Amino acid sequence: MYGFEALTFNIHGGYLEAIVRGHRASLLTAADYNNLCQCETLDDIKMHLSATEYGPYLQNEPSPLHTTTIVEKCTLKLVDEYKNMLCQATEPLSTFLEYITYGHMIDNVVLIVTGTLHERDVQELLEKCHPLGMFDSIATLAVAQNMRELYRLVLVDTPLAPYFSECITSEDLDDMNIEIMRNTLYKAYLEDFYRFCQKLGGATAEIMSDLLAFEADRRAVNITINSIGTELTRDDRRKLYSNFGLLYPYGHEELAICEDIDQVRGAMEKYPPYQSIFAKLSYGEGQMLDKAFYEEEVKRLCLAFEQQFHYAVFFAYMRLREQEIRNLMWISECVAQNQKSRVHDSVVFIF
Amino acid sequence: MGGCCPPMDLLRSEPMQLVQLIVPIESAHLTVSYLGDLGLLQFKDLNADKSPFQRTYAAQIKKCGEMARKLRFFKDQMMKAGLTPSIKSISQVDINVDDLEIKLVELEAELVELNANGEKLQRAYSELMESKIVLQKVGEFFHAAQSRATARHREIESQSTGEESINTPLLRDQEMASDPSKQIKLGFLCGLVPRDKSIAFERILFRATRGNVFLRQVEVEEPVIDPASGEKVEKNVFLVFYSGERAKNKILKICEAFGANRYSFDEDLGRQTQVISEVTQSLTELKTTIDAGLLHRGNLLQTIGDQFEQWNQLVRKEKAIYHTLNMLSLDVTKKCLVGEGWCPVFAIKQIQEVLQRAAIDSNAQVGAIIQVLHTKEMPPTFFRTNKFTSAFQEIVDAYGVARYQEANPGVYTIITFPFLFAVMFGDWGHGICLLLATLVFVLREKKLSGQKLGDITEMIFGGRYVILMMALFSIYTGLIYNEFFSVPFELFGPSAYACRDLDCKDAGTVGLIKVRDAYAFGVDPVWHGTRTELPFLNSLKMKLSILLGVAQMNLGIILSYFNANFFKNGLNIWFQFIPQMIFLNSLFGYLSLLIIVKWWTGSQADLYHIMIYMFLGPTEDLGENRLFPGQDRLQQVLLLLALVSVPWMLLPKPFLLKKQHEERHQGHSYAQLEITDESFFQLEQSHDSHGHEEFQFGEVFVHQLIHTIEFVLGAVSNTASYLRLWALSLAHSELSSVFYEKVLLLAWGFNNVIILVIGIIVFIAATVGVLLVMETLSAFLHALRLHWVEFQNKFYEGDGYKFFPFSFVLLGDEDE
Repeated sequence: MYGFEALTFNIHGGYLEAIVRGHRASLLTAADYNNLCQCETLDDIKMHLSATEYGPYLQNEPSPLHTTTIVEKCTLKLVDEYKNMLCQATEPLSTFLEYITYGHMIDNVVLIVTGTLHERDVQELLEKCHPLGMFDSIATLAVAQNMRELYRLVLVDTPLAPYFSECITSEDLDDMNIEIMRNTLYKAYLEDFYRFCQKLGGATAEIMSDLLAFEADRRAVNITINSIGTELTRDDRRKLYSNFGLLYPYGHEELAICEDIDQVRGAMEKYPPYQSIFAKLSYGEGQMLDKAFYEEEVKRLCLAFEQQFHYAVFFAYMRLREQEIRNLMWISECVAQNQKSRVHDSVVFIF
Repeated sequence: MGGCCPPMDLLRSEPMQLVQLIVPIESAHLTVSYLGDLGLLQFKDLNADKSPFQRTYAAQIKKCGEMARKLRFFKDQMMKAGLTPSIKSISQVDINVDDLEIKLVELEAELVELNANGEKLQRAYSELMESKIVLQKVGEFFHAAQSRATARHREIESQSTGEESINTPLLRDQEMASDPSKQIKLGFLCGLVPRDKSIAFERILFRATRGNVFLRQVEVEEPVIDPASGEKVEKNVFLVFYSGERAKNKILKICEAFGANRYSFDEDLGRQTQVISEVTQSLTELKTTIDAGLLHRGNLLQTIGDQFEQWNQLVRKEKAIYHTLNMLSLDVTKKCLVGEGWCPVFAIKQIQEVLQRAAIDSNAQVGAIIQVLHTKEMPPTFFRTNKFTSAFQEIVDAYGVARYQEANPGVYTIITFPFLFAVMFGDWGHGICLLLATLVFVLREKKLSGQKLGDITEMIFGGRYVILMMALFSIYTGLIYNEFFSVPFELFGPSAYACRDLDCKDAGTVGLIKVRDAYAFGVDPVWHGTRTELPFLNSLKMKLSILLGVAQMNLGIILSYFNANFFKNGLNIWFQFIPQMIFLNSLFGYLSLLIIVKWWTGSQADLYHIMIYMFLGPTEDLGENRLFPGQDRLQQVLLLLALVSVPWMLLPKPFLLKKQHEERHQGHSYAQLEITDESFFQLEQSHDSHGHEEFQFGEVFVHQLIHTIEFVLGAVSNTASYLRLWALSLAHSELSSVFYEKVLLLAWGFNNVIILVIGIIVFIAATVGVLLVMETLSAFLHALRLHWVEFQNKFYEGDGYKFFPFSFVLLGDEDE
């Protein structure tokens, strides 16, 4: 019932929307970032953050701080907020919220599998996993030798199971096909999420399809750039692109045959929304592309808050917080390693 | 104070001044600390543009934060150990902050080490405990399996002795005899797995080995302490049989993934008992070690707990001092700190003393300098309240803090608030209940103020004097209404009326004649229960409400005169106060006059009719509604006055303001030529600070329009609003009479003890729950509204800000 959400949305979603908008108000502002960038030590950062909502999470940390502690505690705050919202949510919002975490789940699975392939300690790997993407038997992933086992042993119990249908092979795992698995899973996940949002309809579908399409296109570009010069065939590459988004289907054809970054640029500049992103980059440069994409994403995520009565605000909030934590991590790293000149390289201001 | 009236401290907020402090850097800390003890100076933040870590004393604040963190850690540890930090702080030694810091570091290190050791021991202990459980459970299992197997064996043997059955495997002998290399080697693993994961564990095992395992799980009845986390977890003992090395590896990995602790187990029975006894022995040994460690830790925490409060206080003070020091700006020479702050004029002597004392105590070569600054900024509002007046001042402040030195409605609220409450709550029985309840708080206030109360109790305790006044006034109005739990009493002599003849008992007022003088005080009890009781009381209370309302609104307008007079604002007197006074009194003041005249003369004139036709037909004859001669003419004059006062309020003020503004600006351009250097400088300053704001006539006019409309309409609606006094009073008396008659008297009528007891219980519950709690709350809220809206909107700006001095007393628990 597009346009009539206002009538019924608040019955179940009103409280949580209010909560999430309240959370959004506590995101760090450009002024905060400016102050943070001037910090000399990690303690200064802690001191500054103690005036924000991160305060209670950092106040009991003993003084020689590490970047990891800061990031861990900030993530903990996000996780607490997420869990709180999930507890309060009813269908279909709860499913929507769960969808948000699947991306982390895929990353965690890949992390563990790659780690065990390189004979790392499982416990150590578990600590590196994103807490939002944890599931019960995640540690058991280490047992699996190939994808079929991976699926049969562990992932069949997780929400990721349906996404696996395309990548069950009996080949032994190696770096290459793990990466392919990640992208296949991600593709399936994005498509599923997209379908789910379409099913929800209304403003949620409208805004989410825009956000997810952007995500899908960004992944397509990244896949293309990362696969240049590898043994991945064009068809295989083509198969990893999600079947929606602005680039689908003609842009994909063009991306699939790209051989260097300037060709990617040529393919992308045909799409007005991406023109501005590539216009900022000089030719042959791929380094700043990530930041440019992040900036564009943040802009779109912020716009999601301009409309009311839809679920995309939850997605946007989680993404913005993650970006904020990435920023904090970067700033802390720069401060810790005395590289303050590079602080602005990767920080994306949110407001 | 205008000179006319005696000084009234609470009416005007304390005169404040902005002072500048120049403190040498070496005595700054001590100075601020002493000022915090005094608590009469509000520092202004001179470094507002600097972020917290760029300020002068950021490092010290960090240090304090670190100490506070350690103290929190100790508190946490004490909580876990079940100790509470002793409230009574044993202030034996004055401990230095630096010493404290060192001490805290030492103590923390010691505690952390103790904790680590204890944890290690505890871990070993819980591991042993788990292994003991495993040994027992698995031993039981093996034992049971063996006995079952032998039983089965015997059964088979007993069968096989009879005849060779078809079931008997033919190859048994050969199989048994075949070479041992072909025999499948079954290995087993056992351990503990958390119960909530056990199902998933089983499932994964099954999947990973394709079902080629034999798994047994037994629940452990008591929760087990997990060695890794140290928490109590419900667990299952598991036992897995597997075949082959690959399966073993898989199972090991799965165990690891599920946090299942494995323990070795020996099949041999003899070894088993030996191991069990070994484990039990080392368990008891470990137990004594752990106990000793715990005792030591407990002692350490106890010593910390004894001084915890003192330390905490000290650290908090220190942090506050440095926060304040950060608000001061550093002089260019870096030798002294410059601070600005507000202080009451009367406090300047004390502050000077404190500064001197600090300079002497810190052996500084130069003392601190204090000087008064002149500023156009609005000073903060500071009322010196005591424990009685503070609650009333809170009521006013909740609406808005008074502008600097404007008339404070708090003064009048002390009486009018409880009085208006009592008008709605008039029942001296209920009043006495309320009085008794609040006396408990008032009499025990010394004891109660020290301790932490609940949320609601704290609120009631804070307002105990308000409630006390409310109760006293309720008794007073209750006596006037002559109601005691809705029962009238003949307290002030007998009723003035008596029956003319014997059969008039139920007839209401008809058969009554006046036999004595009027009843001495309040309502004659004879009204109770008559048919005309309600019309009589309604008329009385309604008229009372209007009289009270008009009186209070007039007071509000008069206060606006005091304000205008105080701030030397002639415009507000002539074009606001006077027309407002005329407007209100020519309509509702006149109504009040009519009410009084009607009471006085006992006339039967219809006041509604008079008021309505005063507007509809001012020239018409009043007829039988005439109360006094010349009323027609008076009404016409009053109506005319009211009509004139409306444009009087609206029009002149904006134009005069505009004129004033223009004059001021012209004056400046001429004046500058004649003045001497010094005065020129002063003028320049004052000119800069307030001169250049734009005068927007349209805005001012619209503002005045709104103000006028608000007042004119408000005069009607506010007067009507005061009728809530009557309405709530009616509701209260009706409710209480319902409870009395329909519950208590009804139960009484049954002549049955049980019913009577139930009736009394219901009556008490209803009286306390509905009349004493809910009605109090609703009457309180209505009284609050009448003050905030009807009274204060006549004069109160309420856009000031509170004086918030830097004081250790106020520091309290705010950062908890």
